Amino acid sequence: MTATETPAATTVLGSRLLRKEDPALLTGEGRYVDDLVVPGALWLGLVRSTVAHARVSVDVGPALDAPGVVAAFTGDDLLDAWAAPLPCAWPVTEDMKAPEHRPVAAGTACYVGDIVAVVVAESRAAARDAVEAVLVDYDELPAVVDLEEAAEDRVLVHEDLGTNRSYTWELTPDADAVERAFAEAAHTVSERYVQQRLIPAAMEPRGVVVVPAPHGGEYTVYSSTQIPHILKVMLAATTGVPEHKIRVIAPAVGGGFGSKLNVYAEEVLALALARKLGRPVRWTEERSEAAVATIQGRGQIQHIELAADAAGKVTAVRVRLLADLGAYLQLVTPGIPLLGAFLYHGVYDIPAYSFSCTGVFTTKTPTDAYRGAGRPEATYAIERAMDALAVEVGVDPAEIRRRNFIPTDAFPYSSAPGLVFDSGDYEPALARALEMVGYEELRAEQARRRESGSTAHLGVGISFYVEMCGLAPSRVLASLNFGAGGWEAATVRVLPTGMVQVVTGTSPHGQGHETSWSMIVADRLGVDPDHVEVLHSDTDVSPHGLDTYGSRSLAVGGTAVWHACEKVVAKARTIAAHQLEVAEEDLEFSGGQFQVRGSPDRAMPIQAVAFQAFLAHDLPEGMEPGLSAQVVWDPPNFTFPFGAHIAVVEVDEETGRVQLLRYVAVDDCGNQVNPLIVEGQVHGGILQGVAQALWEEAAYDGDGNLRSATLADYLVPSAAEAPSYELDHTVTPSPTNPMGVKGVGEAGTIGAAPAVMNAIVDALSPLGVTDIDMPASPHRVWSAIRAAKEAQQ
Amino acid sequence: MKVAVTVNGTKQEHEVEPRTLLVHYLREVVGLTGTNIGCDTSSCGACTVLLDGQSVKSCTVLAVQADGAEITTIEGLASDGQLHPMQEAFRQHHGLQCGYCTPGMVMAAVSLLDENPAPTEAEVREGLEGNLCRCTGYHNIVKAVLAAAEGAAS
Repeated sequence: MTATETPAATTVLGSRLLRKEDPALLTGEGRYVDDLVVPGALWLGLVRSTVAHARVSVDVGPALDAPGVVAAFTGDDLLDAWAAPLPCAWPVTEDMKAPEHRPVAAGTACYVGDIVAVVVAESRAAARDAVEAVLVDYDELPAVVDLEEAAEDRVLVHEDLGTNRSYTWELTPDADAVERAFAEAAHTVSERYVQQRLIPAAMEPRGVVVVPAPHGGEYTVYSSTQIPHILKVMLAATTGVPEHKIRVIAPAVGGGFGSKLNVYAEEVLALALARKLGRPVRWTEERSEAAVATIQGRGQIQHIELAADAAGKVTAVRVRLLADLGAYLQLVTPGIPLLGAFLYHGVYDIPAYSFSCTGVFTTKTPTDAYRGAGRPEATYAIERAMDALAVEVGVDPAEIRRRNFIPTDAFPYSSAPGLVFDSGDYEPALARALEMVGYEELRAEQARRRESGSTAHLGVGISFYVEMCGLAPSRVLASLNFGAGGWEAATVRVLPTGMVQVVTGTSPHGQGHETSWSMIVADRLGVDPDHVEVLHSDTDVSPHGLDTYGSRSLAVGGTAVWHACEKVVAKARTIAAHQLEVAEEDLEFSGGQFQVRGSPDRAMPIQAVAFQAFLAHDLPEGMEPGLSAQVVWDPPNFTFPFGAHIAVVEVDEETGRVQLLRYVAVDDCGNQVNPLIVEGQVHGGILQGVAQALWEEAAYDGDGNLRSATLADYLVPSAAEAPSYELDHTVTPSPTNPMGVKGVGEAGTIGAAPAVMNAIVDALSPLGVTDIDMPASPHRVWSAIRAAKEAQQ
Repeated sequence: MKVAVTVNGTKQEHEVEPRTLLVHYLREVVGLTGTNIGCDTSSCGACTVLLDGQSVKSCTVLAVQADGAEITTIEGLASDGQLHPMQEAFRQHHGLQCGYCTPGMVMAAVSLLDENPAPTEAEVREGLEGNLCRCTGYHNIVKAVLAAAEGAAS
């Protein structure tokens, strides 16, 4: 199915159309939440626990005396403000243990950053000063920081739960088959990997403004969120404000990467206090605050075992995870590791499968979705383990992968854990990546360096990922106990003048939906993409939607736009046929024209049809005026993009310094609507994965203090550290949707970390190094080299 | 204290608290919100503006320190409805996604070419080290700056 060209009905689909979003963003016209001018707004200041675990008693009295302070509240003061606690929408098992999560903790603080009081003041500065004035008395309890220790329950995060283990979720379709495979295996590998916690670090910190209309009872909520629609429902549930009185607007949003796929205490507090005080209330997060107040990503300890036959053909995979949930369950915290639960066999045809994950509370910031969400972790484990198996069997890492690939003729492929992979063709992507990187020459150069005794070790690391995107078929989400469906809505309206409005339920924050959705409409309706306006991220304008996360927007939301266009064309055809006095079958639609077959002079452009539909002077009997259509599309399956990534590194044996020399990626996201945007997504994704491998770590000390809370300590890479990426792609269309698209937002991040770590371990393998924890800092690498040398002596 | 500056060619005169940072002055007093705030440690560069032609992180300068200066923000770069060549290069090469770092990144890039009109790729990367972007992986930003340099030379 691989092709080199993107098949497209018109030249617009698949073209590198420049983004519509750019002129505003390039000139400072982008309006982010903190840019909004709201007369009379009060500012929130959050008093956050400076201790990881403590009984707290709070005195807000001194703050009330501070200048400009309007009100101050403890957790107890606000108990009557809540109709429900902060939501967790994904109770992954029937017996999952969940602590009550109040927006302001009452009694006990469970992580550094936990809100223990809130002040409301006339200005940002006054709120900040008032936070300092609140007196908090901490009666310290022991912190529980280490994940494996927390799982042993010696110290409890939430005493009332009686355990730190929130849930254990298992997926073992055939336990006997797994046992048998390991018993009969010629080779086995057993590996332990650590997924460090990461700080998502979207460049725009979070922010919220709530503007009440006290007499009408309406609330307009501006939030830096990925999920205005979900947030609206959850705000109603937590505050008791009726849903139809809440309007959520996500204005320009400065990146999310999963961190803004949540319902946060500050959003709920701003609404509750705007209601209580009858005035607009706002808050803008500071960066150091964000490090503890916004969810973190990853945080897992992974045990993965492979059984293989003599030729290295894998017969079983067994995975045991511990997942660090943090102190509370945020919106989808417990489900994040399970988004990878079905993918620990990677792109390999492995018949026996066993997966188990235990979610564990610790006294740290809650974890939740961060770019890839469960899938980078799964890919990391299987791709590192495949390299370990290659060493065990004594074959090249590329060859061990080829021997195990799901064969192309096996698609649609029913995987052992129970998914149906829509389409795939793995060998060509790997072959292309190997060719681009010059694999044979690199191996020869590596051998030369090793022979010469060079201390500048060359390493080549391969990773081949598959992900499940296009979240999601609603029925599948039901089977996972997820608290929402996976459909997406779109409305397409052709206005009387022929201009087109699209209303989408997706909520872009950098992905370029305005451009891509315009291209889809231009393709289907034959109009100029500049004549299409895409409206989004405002629940009054776009009342139906499930927002943007999990690389779902194009495959689900874009497909909804496609179907809505088809409905518009169908209606327009009926009108055109009526007015041209021909049968519908006699009309051909292309280039925006309904053309009577065989009569070149008899045609009607869709813009003229739209005007006739608006006039409604002469429509077919019984037809409603207007030319618009709404579609809510529920996908029949996930999509399964894939790709081959190869990293080339040089590791200095003396200092432990790792230099990323080259990075090659051949991704397959099906048909591409706009390759310019696809490449941009891959570039940024790769760097986030590379950053996990080399630089980033939310590091806590034993008392539960975050040691990397600022951008001076948490190493978000700059252009100086970033490599130049060498990209290509294959095209294996998805049969799941009419455009054959799959999704690409997380691909780079999923592929990158294992490629880089495999390269580092490959470089150091002659020294006996078999694993290094991420991030592979010079000190860690140097220590691993020293430890390996000592072990060999 | 009184501060008198010229911002994007327009004279501004205001009374400010001595502790007011230039970035807060520009955003909240002058009302130019194109300059963004991304951190509190002068690490991210989102607030980069030109102060007498030199790029500065406007969170590291007090408004009163800028007294008498000419300041250019992202709003002052395009003229007569035409994007500045650097803005145009960012657009042509998809050097932005969410757009939050973009104003600061563009201003830093303008300043970079002012100091070094024909930089190598490595010099562009080093030159933009103080400006963080989480979306683009920098690849297309670097391409855009190199293209802008080439365009200016030709």
